[in-house]
Amino acid sequence: MAHDISSASAAAPPSLVDAATSESRLARAVLTAVALGFVALFLLLPLTTVFIEAFRKGAGEFLAALADPETFSAIILTLTVAGIAVPLNLAFGVAAAWAIAKFEFKGKAFLTTLIDLPFSVSPVISGLVFVLLFGANSALGPLLQSYGLQILFAVPGLVLATVFVTFPFVARELIPLMQEQGTSDEEAALSLGATGWQTFWHVTLPNIKWGLLYGVLLCNARAMGEFGAVSVVSGHIRGQTNTMPLQVEILYNEYNFVAAFAVAALLALLALVTLVLKTALELRYSDEIAASRRH
Amino acid sequence: MEVRVQNIRKAFGRFPALDDVSLDIRSGELIALLGPSGSGKTTLLRLIAGLESPTEGTIFFGDEDASKKSVQQRNIGFVFQHYALFRHMTVLDNISFGLKVRPARRRPPVAEIRRRALDLIDLVQLSGLEKRYPAQLSGGQRQRVALARAMAVEPNVLLLDEPFGALDAQVRKELRKWLREIHDRTGHTTVFVTHDQEEALELADRVVVMSKGAIEQVGTPDEIYDHPVSPFVYRFIGQSSGLNVTLASGEIRFEDRPIGLRDANEADGPATLYFRPHDVELVDGCGGCLAGLVTGSRRVAGTRHLELNLGSAHPSVEIELPPERASSVDQSRIAFRPTKWKLYRRKEDLTAPPLQAQTSAIELAPTGT
Repeated sequence: MAHDISSASAAAPPSLVDAATSESRLARAVLTAVALGFVALFLLLPLTTVFIEAFRKGAGEFLAALADPETFSAIILTLTVAGIAVPLNLAFGVAAAWAIAKFEFKGKAFLTTLIDLPFSVSPVISGLVFVLLFGANSALGPLLQSYGLQILFAVPGLVLATVFVTFPFVARELIPLMQEQGTSDEEAALSLGATGWQTFWHVTLPNIKWGLLYGVLLCNARAMGEFGAVSVVSGHIRGQTNTMPLQVEILYNEYNFVAAFAVAALLALLALVTLVLKTALELRYSDEIAASRRH
Repeated sequence: MEVRVQNIRKAFGRFPALDDVSLDIRSGELIALLGPSGSGKTTLLRLIAGLESPTEGTIFFGDEDASKKSVQQRNIGFVFQHYALFRHMTVLDNISFGLKVRPARRRPPVAEIRRRALDLIDLVQLSGLEKRYPAQLSGGQRQRVALARAMAVEPNVLLLDEPFGALDAQVRKELRKWLREIHDRTGHTTVFVTHDQEEALELADRVVVMSKGAIEQVGTPDEIYDHPVSPFVYRFIGQSSGLNVTLASGEIRFEDRPIGLRDANEADGPATLYFRPHDVELVDGCGGCLAGLVTGSRRVAGTRHLELNLGSAHPSVEIELPPERASSVDQSRIAFRPTKWKLYRRKEDLTAPPLQAQTSAIELAPTGT
């Protein structure tokens, strides 16, 4: 269309032959500048500050801060909690998305809404829920305690709170994808004699693997970075129940800025690695992703 | 393999999709399930496949009761309207899938699987494309892969759900011919679903016409076209016109005038006269005929279609004439008489007053495509 118009009015000034959706040069420049300025001010600047502060006294101090036993234990704890919470939510997310996208059952809409709950509830409240459930005055807490099972102020509590906060990520990513793909691929596999498990493994999983990967990456980023819910259930026992975000807060409150920013930088680095990984995979497999979305 | 469907009923919630349907499918035949959307044809196909389970009734594969078997155990080949190819697998892997997932004791050796898949690729004329992914194929090619994949498991019966529904007209025609050839060569018992009557009549040995969850008629394409057993089949298959007439002592009357047709076996009263546009003869001097004003004229390939107005209380009627005949009657008023026709009585015809009979004729207007 644009070509037809431009050839018909070749003598007209260039601004008239532009496509209907293009803006004037000034508008484009302003919009770009606003977007870039905003990103720089609210994303790049804080992030750079974290790294600058972390290395203010040199790489030696930075490494020393991370090698501190309490900080080191916080790093290990964060990795442990994420290492348990992410696989749990992976399993739950696939199961929930499978159920919602491929079956009709009563309460489906309710389940879909429920999955979004952790997004809409403040993380602090999520944490408080577990305190009420497993605290000293609850029914469950003392009972479990009598079997030697400590939930609150221990790793199980941290895992529970993290699972709660991060459970929408995988399911949210998969539900629209699986709904769009429908059930005919699975039906085809079953009609060819494949068992349920073979169908899942050879047909469903390959169809959703990219969505699943995004979901897991996002879930992992949030699991490592979660502060509010974890803060309520952790009890802040140094070297035992402090995760990295909590350790950052403690160090900062003690005016130990270099150490605080060192841990923060490490946390930010984990997030950046996640992002880079995601982008790299997207570039590497862009054809395959496009093929699996279309078709 | 012979497939017998006995008194099948299927309800989705409270909505009955199929009501007491019975059908015998002969071994080796190519049979079409034809009907408008919502007629239950796809549901019947999926019930035979085992993708749905019947609310009541039984399905036999040969002498075996298949209704208690799962879709995997029935060993069928199912081809989906939108192909449902595994997008992350090559053509070769797609076709080998059914053999690869078999339990070890029934699985052919790897080399054998490959050989059989390649043979099928050859059969569906896709040699050289075995390493392609579905996204790199055209619609027609994908449907052939889907068919080869379904045939790879050596199915008891091949089931195709609107196999050409998503293809454009030209490819449809080619694939239709090609499917007939493949069927004649391999001899699989094949059931296919379609809403396209032309496709059904051209391709199938027998056609099952369905409407509103029930079978209206089963027969060869000739039987279905020439001897429709119900007004629905008359309207749905091919073109037809239905006129409200009355019977008086064996004489058919339209608007109280005799039209030169007799049906001595029917009782007096209102009825509907059906005839096809091409089954008419022009008559000179109307001593007993249908007469109408020409309101439209279209040339369609080798024939001329004339639209006639037989009176404001009746729907307009279309007749087809050879172009030279049509131009010779170049006047605005035409007298004609159906040469092949059929009279149907509706239940309400026998009780309802004439005015109501006319309104119900509008409800009866063709619904098919």
